[in-house]
Amino acid sequence: MSGKTRLLFRRLGELGAQYYNAPYRAAIARAKRDEEDLFMLLVFAEMMGVPNPATWSTLELQPLLMDRFHDWHTRMGMERSPLDHFRCC
Amino acid sequence: MSAIVLLLLGLGGMAAGYLFYSRFIASRIYKLDPAFRTPAHEFEDGVDFVPTNRFVLWGHHFTSVAGAAPIVGPAIAVIWGWLPAFVWVVLGTVFFAGVHDSGALWASVRNRAKSVGALTGEVVGYRARTVFMIVIFLVLLMVNAVFGVVIAKLLINNPGSVVPVWGAIAVALIIGQLIYRRIIGLGLVSVLGVIALYSLIYVGPQVPVTLPEQVMGLSANASWILLLFAYAAIASLLPVWVLLQPRDYINGLQLFVGLILLYGAVLIGNPQVVAPMINNDVPAGTPSLLPLLFVTIACGAISGFHGLVASGTSSKQLDKEPDARFVGYFGAVGEGALALAAIIAATAGFATLADWQAVYTAFGNGSLSAFVNGGANILAGGTGMDVGVAATLLTVMAALFAGTTMDTGLRLQRYIFQEWGEIYQQKWLTRPLPATLLAVASCLLLAFGAGGADGSGGLLIWPLFGTTNQLLAGLTLLVITIMLVKRGRPAIYTLAPLVFLLVMTLYALLIQLKSFYDQSDWFLLGLDLVVLVAALLVTLECAAALKRAFSAPPENI
Repeated sequence: MSGKTRLLFRRLGELGAQYYNAPYRAAIARAKRDEEDLFMLLVFAEMMGVPNPATWSTLELQPLLMDRFHDWHTRMGMERSPLDHFRCC
Repeated sequence: MSAIVLLLLGLGGMAAGYLFYSRFIASRIYKLDPAFRTPAHEFEDGVDFVPTNRFVLWGHHFTSVAGAAPIVGPAIAVIWGWLPAFVWVVLGTVFFAGVHDSGALWASVRNRAKSVGALTGEVVGYRARTVFMIVIFLVLLMVNAVFGVVIAKLLINNPGSVVPVWGAIAVALIIGQLIYRRIIGLGLVSVLGVIALYSLIYVGPQVPVTLPEQVMGLSANASWILLLFAYAAIASLLPVWVLLQPRDYINGLQLFVGLILLYGAVLIGNPQVVAPMINNDVPAGTPSLLPLLFVTIACGAISGFHGLVASGTSSKQLDKEPDARFVGYFGAVGEGALALAAIIAATAGFATLADWQAVYTAFGNGSLSAFVNGGANILAGGTGMDVGVAATLLTVMAALFAGTTMDTGLRLQRYIFQEWGEIYQQKWLTRPLPATLLAVASCLLLAFGAGGADGSGGLLIWPLFGTTNQLLAGLTLLVITIMLVKRGRPAIYTLAPLVFLLVMTLYALLIQLKSFYDQSDWFLLGLDLVVLVAALLVTLECAAALKRAFSAPPENI
């Protein structure tokens, strides 16, 4: 296959993928966010008084997830950070 | 007369509409501007707002608006003869649908990609938005009820299609997993999916499935309707990537394959149109052509549903403003081409006039079955395919379209119920399951309420569906017209279709009101009254808003 045809096929493949994915991008992004919200709850569970047997493992994730913390608590309907010792806003 | 003449005249007319009229509308009326920064660029977020290649966007737009409705309407309306349906589909596509669809895109793009519903609230008024919500709910309710009835009828008329119709769902489920988990690439999946689907279609007629005559006191028809709604309810609750996304994709492929096959078979087989040009001998009880033709064929000539798709999703992905012409107007042309195929199948797919008359014995007869049987004869004549396989192919195509519309429709109806739950503080109603059950219950009530215990008369509400759909289109045209008036541009190109639609809709509702009263059909009479009230509200809103717009000096936008 010459270079040109290969390029054409790749372009067609990209367009096909767009055709498949575009109508559902929003719905899938929302589902992914819901999943991540649940994950946030698991990671920060202990801080809110919910016992979590996996705290030992999730504790070291907390600093990594700090970036998303503000978005998360506002999305969950809490205007201010729910944690006493943890102020983000 | 040869069907090729019909095909060439129809496609030629719509092509001329796209080349000349849409160019005029785009450059002189909407003044689409390549330098305008579209919302897809302004708010680009990689999720909702993504500048998309116009061919891809057209593909979506076309496959989301084209479904079973542009087949059902024309296949019922040919009862008045082929000419009225043909003229309304071609002229409707050129002067109504194309202008409406590209206009909805333009209006939305110029208003931060808001949906027609939100635009109605903003441009026309808060009251109009409430009317809009009610009209949308009615449209969804009717389309779901009618499609449940229609698919059940198809499955009973063609038992060979049961295996491929339900098997297609299994194929979609597998495709969805393969793509989502990135097991194999999209190209290979598409080829395998199409092969699997068409093998099922080939095998189907050899393993016909029929439901027992009576199950727990329910007729076979009623059992199918219940099964279909159970399926639609489950499908509308599943995550979209599991079923809806791959099935939409297969449907899109099917649509193109089906259209190419049908048009190809007409060109090769050269079938003759046996139906009369104008049917002077309509069966007793058929309502008069004027105004009923204009609400029987909604999708295929002009449909409000397109405005929802155009302003809801397509406008957020429009790369350049002038693309609105290709995506919106040419999308309408695609739908017109599907309606034209339905007209040809339902008029040229019969051997003699007597055969045709044997199908069209009453208003509402024919519909999808006429399309399937007529289309199968044309396919068999043109390609040498077995008639049974051809009929199964078209049944699967029609049933998949209608099925997708059903579960999307139920999903949307559920959202409306959930929203009402929030507005009226009913916590239980905001959850997906109760809201879905309520949506299903309302559709079933309509399907059985209109057709008796076996649910066979559901097609009686088809013209009512057309009316509500036209009302929706009227509201969109109103938004566009007011935007044009505010900019000091000629408004006649959207105002004339708007007035025509409202007059025909009101007229049709009154005629039907009388006929339901004469038949003492109180259920449909009540439904007609509800739609009539909505229609009057829309008309009053239009009059008031236009008066305001015309009396205000043009703004410099």
